Order: sequence, then C-alpha cells, then structure tokens
Amino acid sequence: MRGYNFAYLDEQTKRMIRRAILKAVAIPGHQVPFGGREMPLPYGWGTGGIQVTAAILGPQDVLKVIDQGADDTTNAVSIRRFFARVAGIATTTRTTEASVIQTRHRIPETKLRADQILVYQVPQPEPLYRLEPSRVAARRLHALAEYGAMHVRLYEDIARLGAVAISYDYPVLVNRRYITSPSPIPAFDNPKLHRMAALQLFGAGREKRIYAIPPYTEVRSLDFEDHPFRPHRADGACALCGARDSYLDEVLTDDRGGRMFVCSDTDYCAGRAA
Amino acid sequence: MSAVPDLPGFPDPVTDAQAAFRAILWAQSHPGAIVAPAPTLAVPPPLPIAAGALLLTLADADTGLWLDPIFAPARAWLRFHTGAPEVPLSRAGFVLAAGLPALDTIGLGSDEAPQDGASLILPVAALGEGTRWRLSGPGLAASTDFAAALPEGFAAFWAANHALFPRGVDVFLCAGPRLAALPRSAALEVA
Repeated sequence: MRGYNFAYLDEQTKRMIRRAILKAVAIPGHQVPFGGREMPLPYGWGTGGIQVTAAILGPQDVLKVIDQGADDTTNAVSIRRFFARVAGIATTTRTTEASVIQTRHRIPETKLRADQILVYQVPQPEPLYRLEPSRVAARRLHALAEYGAMHVRLYEDIARLGAVAISYDYPVLVNRRYITSPSPIPAFDNPKLHRMAALQLFGAGREKRIYAIPPYTEVRSLDFEDHPFRPHRADGACALCGARDSYLDEVLTDDRGGRMFVCSDTDYCAGRAA
Repeated sequence: MSAVPDLPGFPDPVTDAQAAFRAILWAQSHPGAIVAPAPTLAVPPPLPIAAGALLLTLADADTGLWLDPIFAPARAWLRFHTGAPEVPLSRAGFVLAAGLPALDTIGLGSDEAPQDGASLILPVAALGEGTRWRLSGPGLAASTDFAAALPEGFAAFWAANHALFPRGVDVFLCAGPRLAALPRSAALEVA
C-alpha cells in the first residue's frame, strides 16, 4: 500500500462520492452526478464501480468481483488484484463470504443478504438515451416522470415482433417513480432486483453518475397487462453442474457445430458441482 | 474564538471516517435503524457525538454548513476539522438545527436535481424510546415501528417533506452517540 491512500482515492474524493451515494439512496433510481476521477484503467473497464467500491470499502471488508458472472475473467481478476494491492483487503470468489460484491453485467444466483452490498459497473446510466440523446431533455423527462416514449418503444416491439425484444439492460421502474437502467444485466436477472435484501449501488465512470436501489425496494420491469414481462433463459441444463435454474452461457466446443451450455455464475456452478 | 480547537478530530481519519460512513449508509438504507457512527469521538458540547461524527465524515470545503447559534461552541472545532464554510440556511448542504426549521427555509432541491436537497441534522432527546412511529418505504421489508422523542410538529413537517418527493430534505436524528436516518423516501405516521 506504499504510495497510496487506503483504497486508492484521496479522502476528499471519497467524501464527495459518499455524499452522492447517500443522496442516491434517499432518491431510489435517480441518477446523482459526481466528480468522477481518472482511474488507472480505461473507461469501460468499470471505473464507476471501482470508485463506488473504493469509497465504501474498509479494512474489514471481503471483496468479490465478477465479470459476466465469472470470477476468473480478466476484468474481475484485475479489479480484485487492484483492491488487494491498494487497500490490502481480503478477496474471495465465494458469494456467501463477500461483504462487497462488484459486478459487471450479472447478479449472483445465490440470494444476497442484508449485510452485503452489490456494486454495479454501469456503461450507460441513462435509460432514455436511445430515445432522447440530449441529457438536458432526458433530465427534464425524469423530472416530469414523462416516460411515454419508453412505453411506445416497448409497444412497437410487441406490434412488430410479438414480444419486447430487449434481452439485457431491460428498463425498470424503481419505487414507482424513476425509470432506471439496471446496467446490462440479462433480463433474466431483473426479478432479482425486486425487493433484494442487499443495498444495490450503481457507478458510471465515464458518464459520472451514481444511483442506488435501497434494500427491499419495489423494482418493476416495464411491461403491459396483456404482455407481462418474461425473463428469457436458454432452454437447457448446465453441462457441468446440471442446474436448470441458473443463467446459461453458450460455449462453442469445436468447428463442427458442437456447443454446450454452462452456468454464467462460476461460483454457483462450482458450489453445485462440488 | 481561537483558530485551533482544543479537541482533535478522528484519531485515524481514514478508517474512522470509513467506519462512520458505513454506519450512516446502513442508517440511510434502513430508515429508523439506530447506529453509532463513532461512539468514542470527543466533540465539543452541546454537539451530539453522532452529529460531530457525521460532519467529520461528510462535510468539507465543498459543502456549505449552517449552524444553529446554540452550537456556536462547536464552531471552531467544525471549522478546523471539516473546513466547511458557513452559509445562509437556504444554501446549506448540511443544516445543523436545534429545533425544527420551517420546511420552506431550507434547500429542497429541484425536480431536475433533487439531490441538492439539504441534509438536516436534528438533535433529539431520545432514540429508541419516546413516541412510537411507523415507518414504511424503500429500505424496509415491511412497515416498521421505531421510537423517538421527535420535536413538536414533526409529523406535519415530515408529511409535507415526503409529499415533495423526489424533492425534499433527508433527516439525520442524533441523540448522543446514536443516529437514525429518515431519507425523504420514507413515509412516517404515528403508530
């Protein structure tokens, strides 16, 4: 840890992020701007999530980092090593042993507890971005809770394709007020956002926004009465552990069309296979 | 008023501020839950310990602070250890009140930037005893009772504040070393 403050960020930056986090918790789903710092890795590699993690982390914390559910991919390994080096904290790959879990694009299959915090890496915090590219206008729409355009977008999918064709980053309504991006988690994970016991914090580094979903908050995936939200899951069982309830990755095994499905959550899979 | 106060701040500023922040974060995400952010911190009276801990943790030169005159003995300590400038009530990010201020005198944020609503630090006579209140909203699995000796008129103050959502103030109730948070998203009624 020589040459760094604990957890890399200076104390004034941590205070600024901590104030943003507290306001974000008080206004569930609302994007709070913060003074994002330049981090020693590029935008798109989780700079927002890392800053949130650095601001909350203490010496007693045990950190788990996943990338698409896996503990052993480059992004997850790099971030875990980063915090082991700049904060000297313990790390783990076991969901149940972690007090802070930073995630890129998945929610662990194992149900999270009230004493855990889930930190999401968010590339695009603005759920209306593809409908309203102007930030000024999008902020106005959130202020007025004017979300008609999003419902029209879902309706057009149903009219043209018969179903909502959003497989990840499926928009949600948090606490019946704000339409929020759940970050690019598969729609399969959306039901886990609803009334989760753990605090959920979202950090977008390039866009410099922090938002939160407090424990036990109502989170509804947008849908229509006659077209209810249906999370998608590949129809199959994990080739390693046999799970039929987990989110599956499709893996090509040769160049003759061979393929298999395996759990995206490596800790869940290893725990079942053991 | 001497520039250097008699009392120190956090003995270990990095880890003490982190531990206090996590306690405050727990309180903010579980309305009504009672925490002790830095129970052994020495603060100048009549400042509640929890209020001192919260300001050391969160206030700095970037945050405007408003102090009720009753807390003038703590002014030098807060100024030295946080560097927070004192500003008029309507512009303060942190309001350290003695009694309940009128809601329209404090910053409530705007519809587009509700996060600009102030954090109101309110000393109370007791937490965990006194009148029973029922809380519901984000952070609570079911409506939850909590007891506190809240100032006269608090129920009406809170009803007006909660109705402004997403605008509004977030309240930190402090009794000695103990703290409970009422984020603006919480609904409160007499139990």
